[in-house]
Amino acid sequence: MPDQAPEALKKSGALSETETLKKEAIPTAAAPATVVEAGPAPGRPRSLWSDAWHELRRRPTFLIAATIILVLFVMAAFPGWFTSVSPREADLTTNYLKEPQLTHFFSPEWLGYNQQGQSIWARMVHGTRASIIIGVAVTAIVLVFGGLVGMLAGYFGGWIDAILSRIVDVFLGIPFLLGTMVILVSFDTRTEWTVIMALAFLGWTTIARVMRGSVISVKQADYVAAARSLGAGTWRIMLRHILPNALAPVIVVAMVALGGYITAEAVLSFLGIGLTEPAISWGGDINRAQDRIRVAEHILLYPSILLSITILSFLMLGDAVRDALDPKLR
Amino acid sequence: MGRYVVRRLLQMIPVFIGSTFIIFMMMYALPGDPVRALGGERAPDEAQMNALRADLGLDEPILQQYWNYLTGLFQGDFGTQIASRREVIDVISEALPATIRLTLLAFVITAVVGIAMGLIAGLRAGGKTDAGILFFTLLLISVPVFVIGYLYQTYFGVKWGWISPTVRDSEDLGELFLPALALASLSLAYVARLTRTSIVENRRADYMRTARAKGLTKRRAVGVHLLRNSLIPVVTFLGVDIGNLMAGAVVTEGIFNIHGLGRAVFEALKSREGATVVGIVSFIILVYLVVALLVDLLYAVLDPRIRYA
Amino acid sequence: MPIDMDKTDVTEADTPGVPLLEVRDLHVEFRTREGAAKAVNGVSYTVDAGETLAVLGESGSGKSVTAQTIMGILDTPPGRITGGEILFRGEDMLTMSEERRRTIRGDKIAMIFQDALSALNPVLSVGYQLGEMFRVHRGMSRKDAKAKAVELMDRVRIPAAKERVNDFPHQFSGGMRQRIMIAMALALEPDVIIADEPTTALDVTVQAQVMDLLAELQRDFTMGLILITHDLGVVADVADKIAVMYAGRIVESAPVEELYKRPAHPYTKGLLDSIPRLDHKGKELYAIKGLPPSLMAIPGGCAFNPRCARARDICRTEVPPLADVTEPDGTPIGGRSSACHFWKETIHG
Repeated sequence: MPDQAPEALKKSGALSETETLKKEAIPTAAAPATVVEAGPAPGRPRSLWSDAWHELRRRPTFLIAATIILVLFVMAAFPGWFTSVSPREADLTTNYLKEPQLTHFFSPEWLGYNQQGQSIWARMVHGTRASIIIGVAVTAIVLVFGGLVGMLAGYFGGWIDAILSRIVDVFLGIPFLLGTMVILVSFDTRTEWTVIMALAFLGWTTIARVMRGSVISVKQADYVAAARSLGAGTWRIMLRHILPNALAPVIVVAMVALGGYITAEAVLSFLGIGLTEPAISWGGDINRAQDRIRVAEHILLYPSILLSITILSFLMLGDAVRDALDPKLR
Repeated sequence: MGRYVVRRLLQMIPVFIGSTFIIFMMMYALPGDPVRALGGERAPDEAQMNALRADLGLDEPILQQYWNYLTGLFQGDFGTQIASRREVIDVISEALPATIRLTLLAFVITAVVGIAMGLIAGLRAGGKTDAGILFFTLLLISVPVFVIGYLYQTYFGVKWGWISPTVRDSEDLGELFLPALALASLSLAYVARLTRTSIVENRRADYMRTARAKGLTKRRAVGVHLLRNSLIPVVTFLGVDIGNLMAGAVVTEGIFNIHGLGRAVFEALKSREGATVVGIVSFIILVYLVVALLVDLLYAVLDPRIRYA
Repeated sequence: MPIDMDKTDVTEADTPGVPLLEVRDLHVEFRTREGAAKAVNGVSYTVDAGETLAVLGESGSGKSVTAQTIMGILDTPPGRITGGEILFRGEDMLTMSEERRRTIRGDKIAMIFQDALSALNPVLSVGYQLGEMFRVHRGMSRKDAKAKAVELMDRVRIPAAKERVNDFPHQFSGGMRQRIMIAMALALEPDVIIADEPTTALDVTVQAQVMDLLAELQRDFTMGLILITHDLGVVADVADKIAVMYAGRIVESAPVEELYKRPAHPYTKGLLDSIPRLDHKGKELYAIKGLPPSLMAIPGGCAFNPRCARARDICRTEVPPLADVTEPDGTPIGGRSSACHFWKETIHG
C-alpha cells in the first residue's frame, strides 16, 4: 500500500476518537505538608524547541537525513550542477543493454541508459524537482488548511467542532490513493500542480486531526486559563499561547507525511495517472522500466534507490525530530 | 453499549453518503467523458453519443444523477457498466474473493510479523537488535510498494525460483504469498514501530514493576501484563488497516496479475467506467466504516477503562 | 483469621543471631549522560520479625532506591549496584541466581507501592492480579486462585469482595485500591513487607485507616515491616525504630521515642521543628533552609553542611561516621547512632 504513509497516519488519527472517550481521571492527592518534597535543583531553563535543537545537533541520523535533503533541494533547484546532458536527449544508438559505468561518477553513462537511450543519471537528477516540489507544496498547503481547520475545531469545540469533524470524517472515509486516482484520471494533461491539488484535497485531514487533538490538550493548560483571565483576546490566545505549544506533534506528522506525498506521486506516476509527458518523474521512469526488468534491471533499480533514499531521509528527519521533542520515548 | 452501537451506526450514514458523494462528484463533475472514451480513436458521432448519454442518464443535472445513484445503491443496485452492459455488482462479486484472500493473507502477515518484530525491538530498546529492526522498518516504509513488488518478483520468483512470480490461480495461497508479502510490507513496518513504541512506553510502567515485585516469571510479566496493555493501540491500527490493505491492492494486483477488485477499479478508471469506480470505492468505504466501528467496540473489551455512553 | 498456608520452605527456620533482613553498606548509583548520580552511599540497616523500621527522608534521599534494590526491581541500567550486601536470613540476595531470587520476591519479601492506581495493571481484574500470586508461587488452578483472592479481599475488609473480585482497579476508590495492594503483598504471608509511602497518595482520613490495617496485619503475621515515608506523623504511631536518610546515607538511627525526644542530628532536629504544632500557633513555622543536594554533586564532608547552622570547617572536609550515641557520662543508649561530628552538642544541648 504505497500511499500508506499519509494514509496510515490519518487513519491512525482515528485513535484519537477513542482516546477522548471517558477514561477515569487519575485522582491526585496533595501530599501532606511535612518534609519538604523539593525537586532537584533547577538547571538552566530551556524551551522545548531549543532543547530539541540541542538534542538534534548531536544525532547522526538527523545530520545524515538533513544533509541528504539539502543535497536533494539543491539538485531540484540546479540540476545542471549535477549532470551535463539533457534528460530528454535520446541517443538511440546507445543500447540500454550497455552496462552502467559505475566508476564514471556523475557522467551520463554512470548509471547506464534507458530504452530511449537517455542517460538514467540525468533523468534521475531532473526528476528530483517534481518529487520535491510536490512533497513540499502539498505539505505546505495541508499544514495551512488542515492546521486552520484543526485549530478552529479544537479551540471552539461545540457545533463548530461537530461540523468540522464530520467533514473530516467524510474525507477520511475515502481511500487516499484511490481518491487521488479518481481525481487525476479526469485530466488529460497533468502537471505538478494538478497532482499537488489532488493530493492536498484528500490529504489535509491528517493535519486537521492531529492539530485538533493537540489544541484540545493545550487548551486545558493552566497558562491558557491564566492568559484568558488576564483578558487576552481569542485570536491572541490562539496565536500566541496555543499555536506554539500545539505545533510540535503537527510538525512531526507533517515531516513524515511529506515523505508519504512523494511516495504517492511516484505511485501515481508509476500507474500512469501521475505526471504526464514531458514532465520527468521517478515514478514514471520506473513504470516505463518494468517491461525490461528481466534483462536490464538497472533501469528500474537506480531511480527506485534514489526515490527510496529521498523518502527515507524525510522519515528519518521526522523520527529524529519526534524523539528530540519527546524525551520520554528515548 | 447497544445504544452506542445504534448511535454510531446512525453517524455512519451521513459519513457514507458524504464520502460517496465526493467520489461521485470527482468522477462525474470533473472533465473527462466516458461516452467519448467508449469511441476510442474513432471520430465520434455526436448524435449517437447524445442518445447514449440520455440513455445512461448522463445528460441530467449532476445532483439528480447522484440522487439516482444513491437511491439505487440503497436498493442494492450498483449500476451498469457502459461498455460491457454488465451489472457492476457482478463485476464486484467476481473480483472480490481474490482481493479478500489477498487482503486477509496480508493482514495475517502484518499482524504476526509486525507484532513479533515490534516486541523484540521494544524489549531490547536502545540495543543493536532494536536499531536494526527500526532501520529495517524505515526501509520497508521508504521503498514504494511497486518497487518492493518487483524486487520480490524478480528475486524470489524469477532469479531464485523459490516461489511463483505471478498468480495464475488466486485460490492457491502459496501463489498469493508473494503479493501478500509485498502488500503487507508497509503496514507491517508501521505495526512493528507502533508495537515497539507501545512496549517501550509500557515496560517501565509502574504495574510492570509490581509484576516483578510479585515474583512473576519474565515470560508471564511480558506475555500477560506487558503485551495485554501494549497491544491496545496496535489492535486499533490493525483494524483500520484492513481498509487500507484493500485499497492498496490496486498496485499489488497489477504487478502480480491478480484479477481482484484493485485491477477491476484500475481498468474501470482507465476506461472511465464511472459506475464501476464509484461502486467499488463505495464498497471499500463501507468496509472501512464497518471495521472502524468494530474496532471501537473491541477497544472497550481490551481496555476496561473505556466506557461508551 | 489469618490465611492458612503451609510453609515448608527450609529458609523458614529462624537462625538465632541472624537478622531476618540485613542491608550492609549498600551503594547504588545511576548512570546518566551528565555523569553518575550516587543515590545510595553505604546504607546499612536490619529488620527482624515483628519489627517495624521506618526509613525517613526527602525525595532523592535514596530511601526508595534502597527498597527497590532489596526487592530486586531496580531498573538496571540506568541503576547500578556498586557495592554492599543484602542478606535475607543470612543469604546474600545480590549474588544468588535470578531464578532463586524471583521465588523469594512476592513470596518471602513483598512490596506495597505508593500509587496503587498505576501500580496495578489497568486492564486486568483485581481478582486476576491477586490470584496470580497463588498461581505463580503455589501452582494453584485459576479457580482456586480466584477463591483465594476473594478471601484476601475479605481479609483487608473490602466490602462485597465476592461481587467485586472481577472489577478493575479504576473501579475502586483510592483507599480500597491501596487495600488491594496490601492484600497482594500479604497474599503469601511473606516474612518481610516493604511499604513505599503506602499512604501518601491517599486522603488524610483514609490514610489512618490504611495505616492501621497495615499495622494490624503486621502484628497478626509477625512480619518485618520496612516503612518508607517522608511523613513524620505516620512514623510515630507504628514504627519501632527509625533510620533517617539524607543524600543516600543514613544520618541518624534510633528507637522511635528516643528520636522524637532528643534528635542527635541537626537534620532530624530540623525535620521535627518543621512539624506544625498547635501550641506554636501564630508563630512562624521552622523550615530547613536551602535545597537537598544534587546527587551528581554531593557536597564534600557532611552532605548536610551547606544547610546546617552548626556547620564548622571539619563538616566541610570530613565525612562524619555513623557513630554510637551515648549519654553525657558515656553510658550507651541502645540502638542509637548519628552521623554528625557534633552529635553531642545536638543531643545534649
